[in-house]
Amino acid sequence: MKDMANTKEKDDLAEEAYAYTPGLKVKRNMIVSKSRSLPIPGEVLCEKGAKVSFDTIVARTNILGIPNIIKAADILNVEGDVLPAFLVKKVGDPVKEGDIIAKYAPFFGLIKRFVRSPVEGVIETISDITGFIVVREPPTPIEVKAYISGTVSEVLPGRGITVETQAALIQGIFGIGGETHGILLTVVGSADEILSEEKILPEHKGKIVVGGSLVTLGAFRKAMDLGVAGIIVGAIRGLDLTECLGYELGVAITGDEAIKTTLIVTEGFGRIGMSARTFNLLKDLEGYEASINGTTQIRAGVIRPEIIIAHQKGALRSEDEKLTGGMRPGTPVRIIHEPYFGRIGVVESLPANLQEIQTESPVRVLTVKLEEGIVIVPRANVEIIEE
Amino acid sequence: MSGSKKAMIWERDEKAILKLHKPEEQMEYILVTDVGSTTTKARLFQKVKGDWRYVLSGEAPTTVEAPYENVIMGVQNAIREIEELTGLKILSEEGRIIKPHSEGRGVDFYCSTSSAGGGLQMTVAGVIKTMTAESANRAALGAGAIVMDAIAVDDDRPDYEKIDRLRHLRPDMILLAGGTDGGTTTLVMQIAELISAADPKARLGADYKLPLVYAGNIDVRPAIQGLMKEKFTLDIVDNLRPQLEVENTEPARRAIHELFMEHVMSHAPGYPELMKWTDLDILPTPAGEGMAIQLIAYMEKKNVIGVGLGGATTNVYSIFDGKFVRSVSANLGMSYSISNVMKEAGIDNILRWIPFEIEKGSLIDILRNKMIRPTTIPHTLKSLLVEHAVAREALRLGLRHHKTIATRLKGARTEHRMVGDMLEYSLLETYIEMMKISIIAGTGGLLSHAPRRGQALLVLTDAFQPEGVTKLYQDSVFMMPHLGVLSKAFPEIAWNIFDKDCLIRLGTVIAPAGAANMGEPVVDVKMEMPDGVIFQKELNFGEIVGVPLAEWTSARATISPKRGFDVGAGRGKSLETVVEGGVVGVVVDARGRPLVLPENDEERRKSLRKWFDVLQLYPEGFAEDDLK
Repeated sequence: MKDMANTKEKDDLAEEAYAYTPGLKVKRNMIVSKSRSLPIPGEVLCEKGAKVSFDTIVARTNILGIPNIIKAADILNVEGDVLPAFLVKKVGDPVKEGDIIAKYAPFFGLIKRFVRSPVEGVIETISDITGFIVVREPPTPIEVKAYISGTVSEVLPGRGITVETQAALIQGIFGIGGETHGILLTVVGSADEILSEEKILPEHKGKIVVGGSLVTLGAFRKAMDLGVAGIIVGAIRGLDLTECLGYELGVAITGDEAIKTTLIVTEGFGRIGMSARTFNLLKDLEGYEASINGTTQIRAGVIRPEIIIAHQKGALRSEDEKLTGGMRPGTPVRIIHEPYFGRIGVVESLPANLQEIQTESPVRVLTVKLEEGIVIVPRANVEIIEE
Repeated sequence: MSGSKKAMIWERDEKAILKLHKPEEQMEYILVTDVGSTTTKARLFQKVKGDWRYVLSGEAPTTVEAPYENVIMGVQNAIREIEELTGLKILSEEGRIIKPHSEGRGVDFYCSTSSAGGGLQMTVAGVIKTMTAESANRAALGAGAIVMDAIAVDDDRPDYEKIDRLRHLRPDMILLAGGTDGGTTTLVMQIAELISAADPKARLGADYKLPLVYAGNIDVRPAIQGLMKEKFTLDIVDNLRPQLEVENTEPARRAIHELFMEHVMSHAPGYPELMKWTDLDILPTPAGEGMAIQLIAYMEKKNVIGVGLGGATTNVYSIFDGKFVRSVSANLGMSYSISNVMKEAGIDNILRWIPFEIEKGSLIDILRNKMIRPTTIPHTLKSLLVEHAVAREALRLGLRHHKTIATRLKGARTEHRMVGDMLEYSLLETYIEMMKISIIAGTGGLLSHAPRRGQALLVLTDAFQPEGVTKLYQDSVFMMPHLGVLSKAFPEIAWNIFDKDCLIRLGTVIAPAGAANMGEPVVDVKMEMPDGVIFQKELNFGEIVGVPLAEWTSARATISPKRGFDVGAGRGKSLETVVEGGVVGVVVDARGRPLVLPENDEERRKSLRKWFDVLQLYPEGFAEDDLK
């Protein structure tokens, strides 16, 4: 089954948007499609139906080279409008680093001034107003990899492809670091256990390590030192995140960090046990190859970090195919704000009337059945656990 | 306050009037939407017994992003909510707005603002950072844009860095200024050639020609035309700094608006259809909000500061001695950008407003969790107080940023200054003087959802630190952008609704400027209340007091500051004035300006609790039972 969002008719989608905002996906078995496209047109290297691996190069192109501005008139000590008289190259000429582009030899050649190209490239413009010469460096090649192993389901000529695969899909709440892949390995006994430094070992190099409630600063640093590909964990302390990055993150737009280990947290900041459903699914798929991406964007066009584990484990199960139809009694939810942060329960009731909470604000609430009893929570402070 | 004479000063969009579906006096229903990044907000207005009033709201998630990719769906859903609540049929079977209203169906006028997909994002450039680049920045901000970067010949970055930045930014548009008319041509072409070499791409895609507005030295126009016309959708307008002493941003602003409609909006999913529905051009949301704030200034003939404290951004608007300036702090906000407030303000500056003990690490985690789950709301008093602390800092930083934009024209020569003094002159600070600001108006979720209005009043007061006598307003329901865009066609209708149904008069703050030692006398305030009772009190340094005075009532006041303090008449001089009431009343703030909090943590928390208690901001015992 395709991701619901991609298959439904737009009219139905409008209705859905009206009804509820979905939570994070924790899906055991679904068809995951990923669009892999170039930022500018280029060459697509795969055909529809082709089998690809996560590191197969599926498309490539060249990005316009970097322009280098040479203040030629200043170098020759002449006005811009007379610069053309001193040129030894013209627009469109290729140049190597150090090649002379213009020269000026006043006083019978006693003084010699040269304008040399600082880089290899092509002369793009010569301005007789500013006296600037622009040398464009050769184009930079860029390649797009498949990222997940699967089958090419669609080819967009000159743009890219869509890869499809049967997989488990888990969305995290926040991550840092970009796309990577590796064998999944759980190193803690329970979802509440802390992923501490001693649990990270040299043999974890290149693997995706699953922890419990919290990754310590020491553990994350060790993982980076050892070349662990990724860490999936319930939470990280805000102060430790700053230490890991070397700077304080202001806005949750991530993915481009220069770090060796991609980090995905499934619950948030502080110490929060990973939800049992997520933990058990990851544990169940231990030993499988996982593709993960910490890229997060929390604004319009939300992007959450993702864990995609391609597998053929069992047939598609009917309960995996059902759509989350909004919140109703019995819907499993996660509370995402104090004072019950991280707790999982089921919706007990959805009172229609606004109710005053401790802050004295009248808000829409719901009652949630937790292990220890029923609590009242603002509706804005829960998210549906998508099944 | 709705006198037609006053309203006539407002520039009215005559094109809109020509398109009216029925004469203005026969109109009964107006619908306005704001297509926000996350929520589309529809507001219905109705003429009741000859008086235009707000009826109610409908809201739905915005559908500009995948998988919907059609903004119309969110607009229709928001309108359907209004239909359900009112029983008024607005959408036809085909889902279009029925116009005009007849036989109990439809509305007579529809317009909209939009900030979906991040609003209008621009890069600006000029020759001198503090002159033409700054003017270009003001012009873009005034048009409702988020300015991603301001590039200038002298901005201290090497060329390769500027080029790298231009290649990575993906704006909707570029505004290029530079040089006075008849002034430098070489420097203007230097920055133009740099932009051309960088070949920046549009946010909408590499296949799309990026719009560029040139508003610089007229002598360079032919060269600009030759250099830019192949790569950009070029629009050449009047120089925004024709002389150093003159800033003329209006032609650039108009060009930005037209290019925004023609080349940006028309490519966004669903907008071509929405543009057909609206009876006025769609305005960027901040431009609508800015018009609403300007409406207050025009109608009350006062200097006004307005602020929109949002989840992602903080917009500050000022109308000071008739000059309108907008600033946007793109990453100061209460949800998406809450961690950036912490980063920019510093955690200690947030902590200083929290009246209970909390570890820094825990506070950081609370704020980061809000950032990643931005739609959550405070459930406990403790979390409400944390958010109010952050709001004070977001607003403080927003105003500080605004003051760097609301500055005198740098480089302008005055009678007493020579060219050689320019550098020194360029260091002059903002022209905004808090003592001369008569009204502060706030909008945004945190302020309007504050469970007690006094909370919004003190948040604004602590952040902006008004001086002298200042009225504080906020909106009841988020509709400033709606009323701003509506005012383009119907300023009187917009003001009528604004005045009666949108603006909540929080009250008046009397704040003597000056400093003293704790406990020393600061001011003596005497007020003749509407019932004839005389209120008189001497306040000492560090004290604050609230005096109930209802909305729409006023009191004659004699405010006598002690030596060294000023309430607007000069240091130590008495001021006789009329103070207006509000839902909170009159607050006399003798905590000094600038406001200084005790350095000792326990003393500071004690002071905060005392001030909050005096103004009854939070439920009784908030500091003892719930928070410890």
